[in-house]
Amino acid sequence: MSYVDYTVGEPIADTKCPAGPIEERWDRRRFTAKLVNPANRRKYTVIVVGTGLAGGSAGATLAEQGYHVVQFCYQDSPRRAHSIAAQGGINAAKNYRNDGDSIHRLFYDTVKGGDFRARESNVRRLAQVSVEIIDQCVAQGVPFAREYGGLLDTRSFGGVQVSRTFYARGQTGQQLLLGAYQALSRQIAAGNVEMHARTEMLDLIVIDGRARGIVARDLVTGEISTYFGDAVVLATGGYGNVFYLSTNAKNSNATAIWRAHRRGAYFANPCFTQIHPTCIPRSGDHQSKLTLMSESLRNDGRIWVPKAKGDNRPPDRIPEQERDYYLERIYPSFGNLVPRDIASRAAKNVCDEGRGVGPGGQGVYLDFADAVARMGRDKVAEKYGNLFEMYQRITAENPYEVPMRIYPAIHYTMGGLWVDYDLQTTIPGLFAIGEANFSDHGANRLGASALMQGLADGYFVLPSTINDYLARHPHDTVDPRHPCVTEAVADVRVRLDKLLSVNGDRTPDSFHRELGELLWDNCGMARNDAGLRKALERIPELREEFWRRVKVPGSGSELNQSLEKANRISDYFELAELMCLDALHREESCGGHFREESQTPQGEAARDDDRFAYAAAWEWRGEGGRPPEEHGGGTGVAPVLHKEQLVFEYVHPTQRSYA
Amino acid sequence: MRLTLRIWRQRGPERPGAMTTYEVDGISEDMSFLEMLDTLNERLILEGDEPVAFDHDCREGICGACGMVINGQAHGPERTTTCQLHMRHFADGDTIDVEPWRAAAFPVVKDLVVDRSAFDRIIGSGGYVTAPTGSAPEAHATPVPKPVADTAFEHAECIGCGACVAACPNGSAMLFTSAKVVHLNVLPQGAPERESRVLDMVAAMDGEGFGGCTNTGECALACPKGVPLQAIATMNREFLRATRKGAR
Amino acid sequence: MYPALPTVCVMALATRTVRRPSPLATLWRSTVGKKTVMAVTGVIMLLFLVVHMLGNLKIFFGSTDFNGYAHWLRTIGEPALHYSWFLWITRVVLAASVALHAVSAYQLSRRDLAARPTAYAHRRPRASYATRTMRWGGVILGLFIVWHLLDLTTLTVNPRGEAGHPYQNVVADFRNWYADVVYIVAMLALGLHVRHGFWSAAQTLGANNARRDSALKFTANALALVLTAGFIAVPVSVMTGVVS
Ligand SMILES: Cc1cc2nc3c(=O)[nH]c(=O)nc-3n(C[C@H](O)[C@H](O)[C@H](O)COP(=O)(O)OP(=O)(O)OC[C@H]3O[C@@H](n4cnc5c(N)ncnc54)[C@H](O)[C@@H]3O)c2cc1C
Ligand code: HEM
Ligand code: HEM
Ligand code: SF4
Ligand code: F3S
Ligand code: FES
Repeated sequence: MSYVDYTVGEPIADTKCPAGPIEERWDRRRFTAKLVNPANRRKYTVIVVGTGLAGGSAGATLAEQGYHVVQFCYQDSPRRAHSIAAQGGINAAKNYRNDGDSIHRLFYDTVKGGDFRARESNVRRLAQVSVEIIDQCVAQGVPFAREYGGLLDTRSFGGVQVSRTFYARGQTGQQLLLGAYQALSRQIAAGNVEMHARTEMLDLIVIDGRARGIVARDLVTGEISTYFGDAVVLATGGYGNVFYLSTNAKNSNATAIWRAHRRGAYFANPCFTQIHPTCIPRSGDHQSKLTLMSESLRNDGRIWVPKAKGDNRPPDRIPEQERDYYLERIYPSFGNLVPRDIASRAAKNVCDEGRGVGPGGQGVYLDFADAVARMGRDKVAEKYGNLFEMYQRITAENPYEVPMRIYPAIHYTMGGLWVDYDLQTTIPGLFAIGEANFSDHGANRLGASALMQGLADGYFVLPSTINDYLARHPHDTVDPRHPCVTEAVADVRVRLDKLLSVNGDRTPDSFHRELGELLWDNCGMARNDAGLRKALERIPELREEFWRRVKVPGSGSELNQSLEKANRISDYFELAELMCLDALHREESCGGHFREESQTPQGEAARDDDRFAYAAAWEWRGEGGRPPEEHGGGTGVAPVLHKEQLVFEYVHPTQRSYA
Repeated sequence: MRLTLRIWRQRGPERPGAMTTYEVDGISEDMSFLEMLDTLNERLILEGDEPVAFDHDCREGICGACGMVINGQAHGPERTTTCQLHMRHFADGDTIDVEPWRAAAFPVVKDLVVDRSAFDRIIGSGGYVTAPTGSAPEAHATPVPKPVADTAFEHAECIGCGACVAACPNGSAMLFTSAKVVHLNVLPQGAPERESRVLDMVAAMDGEGFGGCTNTGECALACPKGVPLQAIATMNREFLRATRKGAR
Repeated sequence: MYPALPTVCVMALATRTVRRPSPLATLWRSTVGKKTVMAVTGVIMLLFLVVHMLGNLKIFFGSTDFNGYAHWLRTIGEPALHYSWFLWITRVVLAASVALHAVSAYQLSRRDLAARPTAYAHRRPRASYATRTMRWGGVILGLFIVWHLLDLTTLTVNPRGEAGHPYQNVVADFRNWYADVVYIVAMLALGLHVRHGFWSAAQTLGANNARRDSALKFTANALALVLTAGFIAVPVSVMTGVVS
């Protein structure tokens, strides 16, 4: 049975947002939150899953505060979390340029950029905290780009007209993550954080309605263990890899949040996925992932395609007047700097018209000829050298001489576990931070805002709000023989054994690729009713086939990368279904979610605020956590939709316009 | 392209290993080296064999997870990470030897996967600035001259891949350790812990069983991020300075 | 497992309270410090050799000059120092240098070999050229020094062995083909050792940086060449009869 028939449940009434003027809410919340006496903190154990910007900063900060932190990542070192790949930069409302920036403007830009599907209070807090993040990172020794006078340099980024993006060449994520990792390492060495690298969370333990621990597998020995704590924080990143081809790290996955969802945490806005306009187009079927070219390239590069269909002359043979700089033409005031969703869709449109370039016509030019002429090659090299090198390495073309070819690709997921103002999910004691939650970006994230959000959550927000929860729940120990514990462990075991015993005739990756293509075609850059229904029919079939035909060699008691993969993929089937359902039910276009049925006469996304100004939080109603394979891979009962109505008191919804 | 691969296979840390030969066909020039291994692994799974285990994640040359010695060179013939090495650098009919990083401090976990956690412990011994959250001064309070910031960045680029150790005939971690020491020691933010940092990190490095440096220079040639060999000289200078000052 | 170096793994925050070992202990216990010992002693020996080579070249001015020079060596510092004291101080410094240099080299080499227990199946010639010649070259130099002292200082193995007449002893020596071979091989080893050693010492002592790198390498090559040529000139000129 498929998911098409969901039911609508109680709306979400309380998001724990403090009342009062928006500028005062965060201070007010911090003041009303109960605190844990510093002497008592050592008794509390907080489990943090993930060591990216969100998890790394949270683990370090909680340990500094005196909590005992038990932390996990699947990589061999916390420093390798996916955040390391972020290139472009991090936003902050420092107004160092005196170009009209302010906390309020960052707040405004983010709400508007998110196409009015984010919670105002959270976004306002994010903008407020952004300022402190830069201070914190500089103090840690993060080598941000600087001006000759020794002060910090900034640049502008897609979707805004002020220069508020701090960066460290094309490696901002790396430098920020190293800062957090170093702070975390200090706490690990001091014994305040117990770090489990190469250990993957496979289930959540909920006892008496509270999150009390996790079941995790040591990826080297295969041993399955339980870990208990007073609260659990998921900082496990986004789920973009459900599409198989994405810019995410190969092993990024949805297992942690999906398992939490199955244990009762609501999953919000799963269909809000972001497609990044500037990725290197795929070169063949062997492609295992897509590589992003930082959005900052759009500051100086100009995007164009030939005016004529099927014009396959080499770019330097196409005269100026036969080129269509379509972003500059359609959006004269933002030009090449329009937000990502708009830039992506415009690229798709020109390619659909048959004007795309490169193999298969799936690409547009990003041309630096003008920039090189204006600034000189050296200056261009200084700004973008490493990106150009990366491009050349992958494509064997020299972007100083031949324009780059780019195409949109899946990049970021705005959806995730639903959280309240305190970043707590609907399971008490379970918190979600960073890309793992449904975040502050609404239906579209502005460039350089994910790093800001991850660090805001980890360094500043969670460490304050979690105190309140812990103070209200005095520490007690978990009985390891509690039925909820043994059941969770048994579930994990059954599932892995099942994967190992199918012994079919298809590789895990072959299923992943097929699922990814299905999603890209029907729940990708543009979605429509018929396509989504088709996907919703096909996914359960594919899932059923997976549990019948997958082949996972080796055993569970050793390093087994095929097993890890297969287990992650099995979760993707269920998640993909919920994504399509969410996309189907949201009959409006907004941000990254473009429903072909809902567009303006100019072909722009048309929101329907009367019907859809809410966050869609889905509740899992599968059969009591029983693994789906026991009932033929079906998900059991249809999910329940809970709506969190969004109120806009400070930024009034308008049709987004970047023209 | 058709290739002969000789790959180190080893089931576990305590198990014996051996070079095993595989033939692969239909390899595209545009594939990355890891995609080529993916192709082999897909086939091995279907044949009921175990796929070759190797570390990887970002596949963009930044996480530092990937790394194998290809034809005797860490990360292979190009100065980049294995995930960013493309098959166009090989010729049809080539025989390619693939081995794990070799160093006593990096024991083999399985096949091409090694345990590099020693690096994390080196960082934990002092590779940080003690700046608890919330205690930071305004970012512009301390200007940092651009050349200093650039030097710090150049060293902070290290991705912790371990190629330097793999390439060093002494299995020495000097380039990695010095990259970190220099990054933090040149910055004003790192100055207060300048002495203890270098002393502790060198002690931790030695404690992990890495070899000493005989200034062979292979490490810097193998480093995909171009961490300069002079980083080692700078760390030595910092070490001597700290020793002289008898930092407590 | 690494007998040469007691492990001092001081943990992060603990360092604030734990007293550090004395500077000398820190040096001797760490690979970086021990390498410094090698560099300093290496440079001392190098300085000695430059002077020694220049002194040796006096042989071209004839036996009176050369023997006079040898005598003068023993009178340096008089009357503040007694006869031969300067020479003995030099000897003590040199002996200590050789000993420290050799012991460090031995300990570090053992450690280095243990740190890389498995060789790559695919060998490449480029790797470790300098390191290997350093270790073997060092051993050759060590053996040579022993031989050389027995030959020209204690005169034990010198064919002539007449105290106070170094010129005649040297000439007697190099009339034997095997002494020529020993000296020439040793001088070539010395050249190679200095060629890497000089730059390496600069790196170890932290004197290298991006701007100086090529100048240091050039100096190392020049020094190696001059030392080797300068030393070899003596046996060669005896062999060819230029000096007799
Ligand atoms: C190529 C690229 C470039 C980007 N550039 C920018 C940019 O310039 N600016 C910007 O603001 N944003 C950028 N982003 C987005 C941003 O990088 C991410 O949104 C952000 O880093 C997510 O951080 P995180 O801490 O939430 O999660 P991640 O960094 O993804 O970390 C997830 C952590 O969870 C762990 N984990 C996951 N699952 C499990 C499990 N089951 N068990 C145990 N551990 C688990 C992982 O090991 C990892 O440590 C970019 C993204 C990509 C892909
Ligand atoms: C007793 C015999 C000797 C032995 C066993 C020996 C051995 C070594 C070894 C193993 C090294 C390290 C190689 C390297 O760093 O790459 C070294 C370095 C060096 N040696 Fe020797 N050597 C000897 C004699 C000499 C002599 C006579 C000189 C004087 C010219 C000398 C000068 C140096 C210098 C300058 C270095 C470089 C030190 C550094 O890198 O910091 N050595 N030696
Ligand atoms: C052809 C080359 C060389 C010649 C002809 C030569 C000659 C001599 C002579 C004549 C003496 C005795 C001086 C005296 O007692 O007054 C001497 C001493 C010595 N030489 Fe050399 N030498 C040569 C190369 C070397 C080299 C390469 C080294 C070191 C690696 C070396 C190290 C010494 C030492 C340590 C002494 C002892 C000094 C002392 O008396 O304490 N020599 N040499
Ligand atoms: S110094 Fe270079 S080779 Fe060594 S770990 Fe860092 S990036 Fe890798
Ligand atoms: S190769 Fe090894 S010997 Fe030193 S210079 Fe590099 S660490
Ligand atoms: S996989 Fe991340 S650097 Fe190669």
